[in-house]
Amino acid sequence: MTPHRSALLHFLLGRLTASAIPYDNPIILWTFVVVATLGAAVLAAITRYRLWGYLWREWFTSIDHKRIGVMYLVLAIVMLLRGFADAIMMRVQQAIAFGANLGYLPPHHYDQIFTAHGSIMIFFVAMPLIVGLMNYVMPMQIGARDVAFPFLNNFSFWMTVAGAVLFMLSLFIGDFARTGWLGYPPISELRQSPGVGVDYYIWGLQIAGVGTLLSGINMVVTILKMRAPGMTLMRMPIFTWTALCSNALIVAAFPILTAALALLAMDRYVGTHFFTSSLGGNVMMYINLIWIWGHPEVYILILPMFGVYSEVVATFSGKRLFGYSSMVYATVAIMILSYLVWLHHFFTMGSGADVNSFFALTTMIISIPTGVKIFNWLFTMYRGRIRYEVPMLWTIGFLFTFTIGGMTGVMLSVAPADFMLHNSLFLVAHFHNVIIGGVVFGAFAAINYWFPKAFGFRLDPFWGKVSFWCWLVGYWVAFTPLYVLGLMGVTRRLSHFTDPRLQIWFEIAAAGSVLIFLGILAFLAQVYVSIRHRDALRDATGDPWDGRTLEWSTSSPPPAYNFAFTPLVHDRDAWTDMKRRGFVRPAGGFKPIHLPNNTSAGVILGALSLGCGFALVWHIGWLAATTFAGIVGVVIANSFDRHRDHHLPAEEVDRVEREYRDRLAARGSAR
Amino acid sequence: MSTAAHDPVHADAPQFYCTEEPHPENGTLLGFWIYLMSDCFIFASLFACYAVLGTRYAAGPSPREVFDLPMLAVNTALLLLSSVTFGFAMLEMAKNRRGPTLAWLAVAGALAAGFVALEIREFAHLIAAGAGPDRSAFLSSFFTLVGTHGLHVTVGIVWLATLMAQIARNGLDETNRRRLNCLSLFWHFLDLIWVGVFSFVYLVGVLR
Repeated sequence: MTPHRSALLHFLLGRLTASAIPYDNPIILWTFVVVATLGAAVLAAITRYRLWGYLWREWFTSIDHKRIGVMYLVLAIVMLLRGFADAIMMRVQQAIAFGANLGYLPPHHYDQIFTAHGSIMIFFVAMPLIVGLMNYVMPMQIGARDVAFPFLNNFSFWMTVAGAVLFMLSLFIGDFARTGWLGYPPISELRQSPGVGVDYYIWGLQIAGVGTLLSGINMVVTILKMRAPGMTLMRMPIFTWTALCSNALIVAAFPILTAALALLAMDRYVGTHFFTSSLGGNVMMYINLIWIWGHPEVYILILPMFGVYSEVVATFSGKRLFGYSSMVYATVAIMILSYLVWLHHFFTMGSGADVNSFFALTTMIISIPTGVKIFNWLFTMYRGRIRYEVPMLWTIGFLFTFTIGGMTGVMLSVAPADFMLHNSLFLVAHFHNVIIGGVVFGAFAAINYWFPKAFGFRLDPFWGKVSFWCWLVGYWVAFTPLYVLGLMGVTRRLSHFTDPRLQIWFEIAAAGSVLIFLGILAFLAQVYVSIRHRDALRDATGDPWDGRTLEWSTSSPPPAYNFAFTPLVHDRDAWTDMKRRGFVRPAGGFKPIHLPNNTSAGVILGALSLGCGFALVWHIGWLAATTFAGIVGVVIANSFDRHRDHHLPAEEVDRVEREYRDRLAARGSAR
Repeated sequence: MSTAAHDPVHADAPQFYCTEEPHPENGTLLGFWIYLMSDCFIFASLFACYAVLGTRYAAGPSPREVFDLPMLAVNTALLLLSSVTFGFAMLEMAKNRRGPTLAWLAVAGALAAGFVALEIREFAHLIAAGAGPDRSAFLSSFFTLVGTHGLHVTVGIVWLATLMAQIARNGLDETNRRRLNCLSLFWHFLDLIWVGVFSFVYLVGVLR
């Protein structure tokens, strides 16, 4: 950027200079040292144990929905560590930065941290969690062998990874947005944020958004077209129903995010005036658009988790789910209503009493179908024979926590009250209450519930319970003080305070975040201990919890083809029905199974998109042009490839199925 | 789990799996429809922006001063004819005649290329006259909406060329028919969007 910079360097590197590397910031430098050391250790271990070939063949290029689902979950957990590191840094800063003490984070750094925390937690933790779970579980619940478009599934995953990598790069090369997680203009405009931060934000989300949208289309088609014979819509497991609604929302909401971010990019790159404060631009246009995506987004995240809780409650209460139809209608009602509430995020826009009343009412109405769900879960548990396994603990923790979060949401929906609470810590406490209490608890319930399906052994319950109690108590200790502070009128996103009376609340909140940290460590310990003790935790049956839906009818881990024969469904709880009426596992007559081939195109396209995104951030024209041409070229070349599938021979199916029957027979079970 | 001996329903245990390999319907067309609907949301957002910002001239030119209706007539005619000729190609495909299919596709592609060329000319002309996308919010939203449509048409042309090469290579087999069906949907979809642009942006614009 300096005038002395040669034209050649400028051509080669755009606005990327040596000063973009933040050597002078010790926090980032140490983060880099730690990340680089850990990364090098992981890479060295993979090389040392000669795992590259295995990872490439069996995982990276895999089009198996189960492998892709697991990879999404691994991505989510890695990014959770990053997002949480941001969280605990903020908690520490706010606990100490009072009066003369300015804390250890200067405002421009603090602002990047809260932006990165929010956007990473939503886009690269919560989204991969739900997409990974839906990928893993849904096709098996409907008795399918894979999703409708297996290649597209692999491609979607790698686009999500590319977006996440671009976000991570911003930590070490240049900086990140200081705008808050939704990149509101005018601060995200070129004049107010001339650096690369907002550009990292835009292109990271655009690249990952392509993956999310395609994955949404893929799942909707899978559910509508690939259900096993006999599985009518009203016989679908609730998790599949919620996946359908969530993906329908993805298809209808993510294009609006794409458009909003593209227009912001136009403002920054072409000099248009969509959201600038001059020449006719309108800031509120962005804020409307982004929330027309953003509100459905929170239901995209929570609906699949409602599905998880439904499966868990029914299984561990040993009962059919109470009120199946009302659960379905409630899910659909929430899906539709989630489109009619976006303006409650900015009642303070000043659109008048009529408009505000409409959106306040729709917001209040959405609590009715949600309440229906809560009662359905409670009535499922009523007179059930409840087993307090770890997934059930998370579910009960959710019922308690989420209900309170929902009620503070109703408080915020009252427009006049919102004028006081807007942008306060009360709001921050509310959405963490529903996202941690709903989405995160649901993810842990789901991981504990389906882990034995994916890997053939259960997760260690002791460490699972430690993790649960640390998270539950940690959540309440960390966020109750924020409710109090919010009611006192403390606004969000402040890196320094003057009133010493507030400090104690922030100190309590920081203690809570330490408890949550212990919860995360306990989860990692749980995974480690379970792998160490996998033989003791082994499940040979494929059905460790006495499950009710079709995914439990296959072996654990399931074979690549899921089902040797496509199941015929007669009942809502298909697997319970099969067990009750004496299903006998087929012993012969297997046929060759048609399976798609692995492909490296997804990895290549993801890498090219990452290169293109990086080039656009730093204005490196030649790199953007070549990587873009590369993307087009690979897509076209890939469309000429006609050898996309193969048949698994019947003998191989026979061998796999026989081994599974032998394992079952060894335990004295016929199924 | 109880065994067969205790369970009366066992006697007539129903079939729990298909011994024949089921052939689920191909989901590509449904998937493509859903994609088009999601694309529709992108255009809806851009139309909404134009509705809000289309009168913000910022002391710059108004629609009446920048829109060239005779050229627009030619432009629109090219795109609609391109749709018609694509329809002819699909009719030939139904008769399984490779040569005429390719010929009509070539005509459709050429007409669409003409449309894009005229649009580029219009844009270049406006920018040269100082009415570029950075002049006012009206022009920003105009350029972006019309340009996004033009970009879609361009992608369609690249896709068409690729598909023509594939048809020339492999004939009108099942894969190519499916792809041609998708492209046909895309082509007509872009026509529909253009009707919206034509009426809502250009015609309403000059009436203002």
